[in-house]
Amino acid sequence: MRILIVGAGEVGSSIAGSLADSHEVVVVDCDPDRVESIQYSEDVLGVTGDGTNLDVLAEADVAAADFVIAVTNDEETNLIICATAKTKSDAFTIARVEQTNYLDTWEAHEGAFGVDFLVCTNLLAAQTIVRIVGLPSAHDVDPFADGRVEMAEFDVPEDSPISGQTVAEADRFDELTFVAVVPAGTENAQIADGDTVIEAGARVVVVGLPQTVREFARTLCNGDKLDEAEDVVVVGGSKTGELTAKLLVERGLSPRMVEVDATRARELAEQVPRATILSHDGTDPEFLTREHVQDADVVVATLGSDERSLLAALLAKRVGATRAIAVVDQPRYVELFEAVGVDVAVNPREVTAEEITRFTRERRAENVAIVGSGGAEVLEVEIDDESVLAGRTIQDGIGDLPEGVVLGAITRGDDLVTPRGDTVVKVGDHVVAFARADAIEEVTSKL
Amino acid sequence: MRLRVDWRASAALVGTVVKWLSVPLLAPLAVSLYYGDGGVAAFVVTILVASGVGAGMERLGDVEDLGTREGFLMVAVTWLAVSLVGALPYLVTAHGIPGVAAATAPGSTLANPANALFESMSGFTTTGATVLGDISFDTHSHGILLWRQLTQWLGGMGIVVLAVAILPELSVGGAQLMDAEAPGPGIQKLTPRIAETARALWLAYAGITAVEVLLLYGLHHAGYAPNMGLYNAVAHGFTTMATGGFSPEARSIEAFSGVVQWVIVPFMFAAGTNFALIWQALTGDLDALFDDPEFRFYVGVVGTFTALLTGLLFTGPTLDVVVGPVAGEAEASLRHAAFQAVSIITTTGYASMDFAQWGESAKYVLFLALFVGGSAGSTGGAVKMVRWLVILKSLKRELFTTVHPEAVQPVRLGGRALDEQGIRGIYAFTAVYFALFAFATVFVALDGTRIQETLSAIEVMSAVAATLGNVGPGFGMVGPMGSYLVFTDASKLVMVGLMWVGRLEVLPVLVLFTRTYWQG
Repeated sequence: MRILIVGAGEVGSSIAGSLADSHEVVVVDCDPDRVESIQYSEDVLGVTGDGTNLDVLAEADVAAADFVIAVTNDEETNLIICATAKTKSDAFTIARVEQTNYLDTWEAHEGAFGVDFLVCTNLLAAQTIVRIVGLPSAHDVDPFADGRVEMAEFDVPEDSPISGQTVAEADRFDELTFVAVVPAGTENAQIADGDTVIEAGARVVVVGLPQTVREFARTLCNGDKLDEAEDVVVVGGSKTGELTAKLLVERGLSPRMVEVDATRARELAEQVPRATILSHDGTDPEFLTREHVQDADVVVATLGSDERSLLAALLAKRVGATRAIAVVDQPRYVELFEAVGVDVAVNPREVTAEEITRFTRERRAENVAIVGSGGAEVLEVEIDDESVLAGRTIQDGIGDLPEGVVLGAITRGDDLVTPRGDTVVKVGDHVVAFARADAIEEVTSKL
Repeated sequence: MRLRVDWRASAALVGTVVKWLSVPLLAPLAVSLYYGDGGVAAFVVTILVASGVGAGMERLGDVEDLGTREGFLMVAVTWLAVSLVGALPYLVTAHGIPGVAAATAPGSTLANPANALFESMSGFTTTGATVLGDISFDTHSHGILLWRQLTQWLGGMGIVVLAVAILPELSVGGAQLMDAEAPGPGIQKLTPRIAETARALWLAYAGITAVEVLLLYGLHHAGYAPNMGLYNAVAHGFTTMATGGFSPEARSIEAFSGVVQWVIVPFMFAAGTNFALIWQALTGDLDALFDDPEFRFYVGVVGTFTALLTGLLFTGPTLDVVVGPVAGEAEASLRHAAFQAVSIITTTGYASMDFAQWGESAKYVLFLALFVGGSAGSTGGAVKMVRWLVILKSLKRELFTTVHPEAVQPVRLGGRALDEQGIRGIYAFTAVYFALFAFATVFVALDGTRIQETLSAIEVMSAVAATLGNVGPGFGMVGPMGSYLVFTDASKLVMVGLMWVGRLEVLPVLVLFTRTYWQG
């Protein structure tokens, strides 16, 4: 397919990087230096110019494009780019925005702004944070099949009852499947078969019913910290912080928010009624102690700057908060953050890339989560007549699929079907599968 | 010294309102003609004076450019001017005009100009405090007693609101004029054009009044209210919806049957409700009314007072009153408790029995009710529900921020965050209101040493609270069956001032007495 990406910032480059292998990618950006550098680092065609200008889009051959992805830093520009592209092309348009009000309009009126798929970075990041808050000890949680199935990543602690066990020994739940193990110290996810040994410090990826995933989380932590987080402190009133607090309120929690700017604090207090807003510097240890942040179950640092978020998260851990989640804008800091003591670092660009990848891959792959940085994915596919699995048992069908794939779960209507060798897959089933980077292309075309 | 206020423009506009006051004066004139009670001369004279003076004032200036300051002046002076003109019929009937008409009510207490002004101001501000002495058709003509009722009806929804509804020249600055006059903090625009909003409010007001008049007159025909003839039905319709409280009957609503009293209660309650909400409810949006935090609070407060008073009356001492036994009688206890609670909270001032004779505990509960007031945007007076609600909520916030000094917590009303300026305004209003109450009480108490009767503390305090809050009756001598005649002229004029500033919610009037208003 021919994919036109407008905006060669962090998100644009990251999407270009993950798509360039299998698609024709054209990148448009105003900044000639950026265009030049991305042409060298990725196998893409670069065009310098303003993406809202029809001549520039024509130069990038927008008429031939199957996808137009507008991911510049300016959200209004992204909307204009999509509308402009629609005048000359039938391409599927994807835009990234930050404000939820555009998303609301788009959700209420299909095709608004000439956008076919709208991704709201702040909301995606907030949703990810809230899912992690809801599942103690989890690293990443992604919903599949409308939330009936969850994929979760966990770090296995030293004292965990499953550390040192094989996957077959650790798998005590019917409605849960181990799909991958990322051994400690590597970033490459490996297929979990029954003999794979889970070492302490490794990361396991499981797919299953949400409540089973929760039970597994308890077993994993030796029964400690099994209560769902109740006392959540959001440090920093950035847009992501605000949305996180709102989503937590929707879940019935009453989070506390810390924002140093008095005007912004007032705004937050008006926007998020059930949260308690404190107007103070969230990196003042004396203040954190006075407000009993040490008793918090989770502290979310969303200060809008990576350095300050890191500082706030580490300070919160230092005064005694159980877990700290930090939002990191620079993808290259994610590892560092987690290495120095932040429990989970959420990168909005990564979640945005996941969401956009979902539409630029074969369209039938409905939902995608990226596991680790090795490029492995968990994806959800609706089975149609042409699928190699349609009407066959898994035992029979799996042989036609590449090696690096594991079926995690199958949903049929509202029911979960745990995939076993003799399970017959029917047309209309949703299959949630783990696929290694090298197998993704083949899996999506064959499933 | 150069004035920064274009007082001529304000005066010209006041003139317009005064001129138009001659139109409603035609109603009592017609009544006087119908009854042939000799009140005709008084109304003809007043109509001539009103149109003459009004037309004269109109020539003073140009109303094209009415600023904020001119607006405050116009509203404040309008209420004073209409009260002065409204006092004329009382004076003319008491004194007559030498060579033209004889005095038709020579023994009237309103021969004293201070009394006439008190009665007129009490009428327009819908207070209902009276100095009429003998309230009967023996002394006063049907026309005069109807005029007294009509002043309350005109003042109820607001003279300026009426002017904005009718006069096209007020369409531009009208919102700000209504703001200065309307009860409660701020006005609620129902339509893009302010004149249409004003018309909608008056339409709802007039419509509900008409319904009440028909109901009361219907009860008369059905045989439940022998003395509620057409005259009385109209007269009480005028003063219920205005939360006025004047009655051509000396014994107020005590003179009517229990059924009539029950019928009047919901109308008093409606009069104490925000008319913007009533309008929305009438046009189909019932949720707007029932989801309104102030309305819910209003229902709660009225319910609490009613329950408390019912208990106190039911278990209270046996009273020696004309309405018969109350203690131990469930229906009578509930009826009198509900009637008095609603009447005093909404600042109507009707009485279904002489509550000045109640037991001490019940009386103090009712005294507290003198300060509550109706809803914002209603015809009621006093502090008003929304202010108490905001004060309670912001006090709760103060307690919270004592523990968490960094907490930022807006005060919310129905999900909407109030701005801090507005809250400050509400505190300022309430503080000034109680300061006025305190100072005026001291003044009336000291001034009261010049009269023969000894005034008790609750008599003085209730008199001041009832005039400042536009309630009407207080306790003791100023109770519902008594009158304010005992006070000296000085005290009465102070109360005229209290009614005036109380109706306009204090601050728009007080601002006229600052130097910066006129110069800076």
